[in-house]
Amino acid sequence: MKRNDPRIEGAVPSDKELVDFVLREARMLDQQRFEDWLTLFADDGYYWMPLEWGQTDPKLVCSLMYEDKLLLSVRVERLKGERTFSQKPKSRSHHVLQMPHVESRDEAANSYVMWTSMHYVETRNDEQTLYAAWATHHLAVEDGKLRIKLKRVDLVNCDAAFGNIQLFM
Amino acid sequence: MSRYAGDAEAIRKLVREAEVHRDVFVDEELFQLEMEHLFANTWVYVGHDSQVANEGDFYTTTIGSQPVVMVRHTDGEVKVLLNRCPHKGVKIAGETCGNTGKVFRCPYHAWRFRTDGSLLSLPWTQGYDDTGFKDSPAAKGMTRVKNVHNYRGFVFARLNDEGPGFEEFFGDSLSSFDNMVDRSPAGKLQVAGGVLRYMHNCNWKMLVDNQTDTCHPMVAHESSAGTAKAMWQKAPEGTPKPMAVEIFVPFMSPYEDFDKMGIRVWENGHGHTGVHHSIHSDYSAIPGYFDQMTAAYGEERAKAILSEARHNTVYFPNIMIKGPIQLLRLFKPISANRTLVESWTFRLVDAPDLLLERTLMYNRLINAPTSVVGHDDLEMYERAQEGLHANGNEWVNMHRLFDPAELTQKNVITVGTNEWVMRNTYRAWAHYMTLDM
Repeated sequence: MKRNDPRIEGAVPSDKELVDFVLREARMLDQQRFEDWLTLFADDGYYWMPLEWGQTDPKLVCSLMYEDKLLLSVRVERLKGERTFSQKPKSRSHHVLQMPHVESRDEAANSYVMWTSMHYVETRNDEQTLYAAWATHHLAVEDGKLRIKLKRVDLVNCDAAFGNIQLFM
Repeated sequence: MSRYAGDAEAIRKLVREAEVHRDVFVDEELFQLEMEHLFANTWVYVGHDSQVANEGDFYTTTIGSQPVVMVRHTDGEVKVLLNRCPHKGVKIAGETCGNTGKVFRCPYHAWRFRTDGSLLSLPWTQGYDDTGFKDSPAAKGMTRVKNVHNYRGFVFARLNDEGPGFEEFFGDSLSSFDNMVDRSPAGKLQVAGGVLRYMHNCNWKMLVDNQTDTCHPMVAHESSAGTAKAMWQKAPEGTPKPMAVEIFVPFMSPYEDFDKMGIRVWENGHGHTGVHHSIHSDYSAIPGYFDQMTAAYGEERAKAILSEARHNTVYFPNIMIKGPIQLLRLFKPISANRTLVESWTFRLVDAPDLLLERTLMYNRLINAPTSVVGHDDLEMYERAQEGLHANGNEWVNMHRLFDPAELTQKNVITVGTNEWVMRNTYRAWAHYMTLDM
């Protein structure tokens, strides 16, 4: 953060710190460091994967995922389970991100929005599926650290019929 | 090599009293025969009339393997047409939904049809005189499915001209549709929220079977519902119970509870779980809803409607509905080992938005391609689709609580872990496969 002590109020992330955050987040997912990944979310953070092109309403329009930290934690805990049959064997993922773009920054409101085009591959057994998507990260600084208030993943084919999507994009 | 075509006896032999031959799930020839016979002899769900609210509104879908378009005709009725131009076979309606006005126009050669399918005009008529065209099937226009029934908004079609009547086919089972519709203070549903489309590499009947399978949730869904339950138990006392926890936790009910919930068995493969109680019984009340229901129906009737907690009602051949959460799942057959599952949701007209919000949460937590519950179900179906190829035992077992007396019984309430509805599914399967052979 620019003002050296990150614990001080009003700490402001540089563009590079915002970009690094997005890159690091994807890397954590691909390395299956899901517990660490969860800590990137603010307590009131959400992960949203719309079902509809250009969707604006997460509640009265269905989504593929619209999950708070509790539901995300259930997913992460489940991935570790002995009786998680759809993860025997486990899935793996691979992200290729285009350079994340600082969409907007509002220091006074402590709100930073990142926009990232990406290809995401999920694989299990002999199957490998490619997805193309845009990730939008709404970030804020909490206790001196960047946190995800909302991660939105818009699939280019959000309304297609999918097989299992088991990990996080 | 044809093993089953035209051989009704061979097909009937695939269904024993409490066992079903694996070919019913894995054999491509039987799948083609299902498309030709089963899906033509039965009343198959097409769509909901709120999807075609206005004249000229259309919606394209399939009945078995048949491309169809459901359209609101100029007389206000919902028609179902085979979606092909009688000229060269081009699908006339190309989009999933839209409004075509008073006519369909083929985008290839501009043949035009009224919304009941009849041919309205060709663009350059000279050239057809004395060719025999007027006696050809093409001159009749788009083929209209004659047997269409709109039951309180739910549109069904029977492709074959001959076959069981609508009431005869569904009988008392329509009470589950009644209950879902009656839950709206206005007595009306609207398709809302979008449709989840989930591709399954398995036979469509594995999904049908699963709808009244009450011995799998606590096993297959331990990883999802069990984890949610365990995490919730660790929450500090007094934490308000989130809607998602209310939805997940009942999946972990023990066998005894599912036994007590009961199953109602109707004829023709229809039936429902959750007669006395169900996994949907203990959801929190939605503020204001009961008052709206009381105002609409009176207190006694409102209570009667809302006390029905029917879990899954399965309608043969290929849908399931959940009245208490206004959800319909359609199992669209693609091939013997491929099924598209569509999960549709409904708004209760004049009821609070929070009901739709809960319905949509249920749908994405349980029925989405991203659902941790769906993942484990699909894993089971796909393993079965592969495992069934193992030789040595060619039969799928459904003996749980079988009693030969059931063969002559109709409209029965039984123990909630009975596999009776599944057995009836395959009895109905054998009947409607061979009805017109």
